[in-house]
Amino acid sequence: MSVEEKVRGYILDNFLFTDDQSELSSEDSFMEKGIIDSSGILEVIFFLGEEFKVQVEDDEMVPENLDSVNNLVAFVEKKTK
Amino acid sequence: MCGIAGICNISSSESITEQKLAAMIDMLYHRGPDGKGFYVSQGIGLGHARLSIIDLDTGKQPIHNEDKTVWVTFNGEIFNYIELRDELRKKGHKFYTTTDTEVIVHLYEEYGDGFVSHLNGQFAIGLWDTKRKKLVLVRDRVGIVPLFYKQEAGSLIFASEIKAILAVTNEKPRLNPYALDQLMTFWSPVSPNTVFQDIYELSPGQLLVLENGKISKSNYWDWQFPESEDEYSSAGVDDLADKLHELLVDATKIRLRSDVPVGAYLSGGLDSSVLTSLIHHYSDVPLRTFSIGFEDAKLDESSYQKEMIKHLGADHSTIKCSNSDIADNFQKTIWHTESPVLRTAPVPMSLLSGLVHKQNYKVVLTGEGSDEVLGGYDIFKEAKIRQFWARNPQSKFRPILLKRLYPYLDLSKGQAYLQNFFGTAIQTPDLLWFSHLPRWETTARCKDFFSSDMKAQLNNDAIDRIAETFPSSMSNWHAFNRSQYIEAKSLMGGYLLCSQGDRALMSNSVEGRFPFLDHRIIEFANRVHPKHKMKVLNEKYLLKKAESRYLPKSIINRYKQPYRAPDIPAFFSSKGSPEYVHALLSKEKIADYGYFDANRVERLIKKINRGMAIGYKDNMSLVGILSTQIWHHTFIENNN
Repeated sequence: MSVEEKVRGYILDNFLFTDDQSELSSEDSFMEKGIIDSSGILEVIFFLGEEFKVQVEDDEMVPENLDSVNNLVAFVEKKTK
Repeated sequence: MCGIAGICNISSSESITEQKLAAMIDMLYHRGPDGKGFYVSQGIGLGHARLSIIDLDTGKQPIHNEDKTVWVTFNGEIFNYIELRDELRKKGHKFYTTTDTEVIVHLYEEYGDGFVSHLNGQFAIGLWDTKRKKLVLVRDRVGIVPLFYKQEAGSLIFASEIKAILAVTNEKPRLNPYALDQLMTFWSPVSPNTVFQDIYELSPGQLLVLENGKISKSNYWDWQFPESEDEYSSAGVDDLADKLHELLVDATKIRLRSDVPVGAYLSGGLDSSVLTSLIHHYSDVPLRTFSIGFEDAKLDESSYQKEMIKHLGADHSTIKCSNSDIADNFQKTIWHTESPVLRTAPVPMSLLSGLVHKQNYKVVLTGEGSDEVLGGYDIFKEAKIRQFWARNPQSKFRPILLKRLYPYLDLSKGQAYLQNFFGTAIQTPDLLWFSHLPRWETTARCKDFFSSDMKAQLNNDAIDRIAETFPSSMSNWHAFNRSQYIEAKSLMGGYLLCSQGDRALMSNSVEGRFPFLDHRIIEFANRVHPKHKMKVLNEKYLLKKAESRYLPKSIINRYKQPYRAPDIPAFFSSKGSPEYVHALLSKEKIADYGYFDANRVERLIKKINRGMAIGYKDNMSLVGILSTQIWHHTFIENNN
């Protein structure tokens, strides 16, 4: 399973409680769409650690890294190079 | 408190029997276990379940005037009844009881429908004028005492609780989907809606008249705030504090009037500490207090309670609430609330009233209302910071003030996310509901779980329509006052005084009394400038100034802790879940009742079982879904 499939699957299952792929596009902003709130972002960070062994530093907790499927995938790929 | 019920024919000619009224009153036994009474005449029937508090011997209701042309069934208390009775006697009225209830019929004779403006109290009233064949229903100014009604087959049916209406209705009860949509946004349906289709509440401060086959409603009171700076009181802050103290002393004293012993809730917070101090210093009533504590140390306030008990020398009883207590009592609580809830907090409040009842007390004073009237909630502070931030939305420093409000927030971590949450509507700070938008949008995420059928029925977003319920003058009010109004009318009126207030108290036949909600205090406080209510970010500043001399400094300066009870952990633990939770959250039951998407709920439960459901949304969603399922099971599926 690709990084994108894993990330999409997690967001859909954990925050949208569905497996309907049409409910989330890879560009959707989690904040603007209200998918993830401030406590939810901690869940995403746990997920990155557990699934990809990616440790998120304080200065990396920015929307550019975490606020969409595309951003998360790019962030994971950068951190696991 | 008591329970009232009645039926009044509008166009029906069906006779109203005492048996039918008794079926209604029997459903209200918990509100009034000390006796029942009925008045039946052509086209009208009034019923009453009595909780004896004043005039234990001759206070049986319904009560009438001198020539039995005016009858009343009454739930509540008229705290200024002694003064009113003296005035009415001087005008020649003859009393046959020493109750507070009897002043109502004589006041009506004197002032007609205007009688209600003379009352200082908490009440739901059903009054019948035999000469005019006229029914008057009235509810108190802020909504302490409930009153519901339904029009059916040419009759108006009314009662203190909906279950009494369900006892005689010929229509099968069903959910009002718009009301559930509102509840899952604002924590309660918007008045007059209830979650039952075609059953309404009489709104706080409202009077309903049924005469000549026509029903008319009017508002006799509402929260009003200055529309310009010069309408605020010009008195200095010291004088304002003195006046507030004077009003609080009187509001408390008249709420100690009773022919049975009166106790008080003591949470350890500022408001209950103020109240218990006032009782201690300004009355001869022995100080008897009650509190609840939690196993979870994060939610527990026992240390502050102990400090106040020591300070005042109170005779105190406390009860510890465990997670399993909440799960074990949740179904019963929903029978009392008659409404889904988003938090489990009403359950411990019911356990607390149970403790009061066991100690043979029927009446307690509580500090509820102080936060709304005198500016205590975090949401007011939060809005103030967001307003300040909105003046310079690009500022990186202004949102740091949020840390003053939520010290546990680590703004160095995930700052963008926190700023996004609190920055909601920051581009539109003049929005009337600016203060409440973050809360409402967060709560509304619960609706993601609605089934496609439910979503299809809901055309409009609840938030978009809320402005229809606001007074036209609101746009001229100070932003702080707007948030006070919204809080008082939505969360306080719709949830805190109902599910977490009256229903939790009356589930054990205990009457709550609310000195901070004395209308004289509200009217005074509404003319106090917001800068005196919240000085910079110091909440309830005027109250602290007025009462600090009576309280330990640690209570005055303590960090304000919201009352919370465990939510998800109450129902899911390493020991498993209660059988009813399994049954009502099963895919089959979720699909059968039809309100929620069974697959999404299943995924939420899996997430909970993985120990990953930690956020507000997950907690509120689970409690909201479970309580809706219980509500349906209790009132729709098993309604007999």
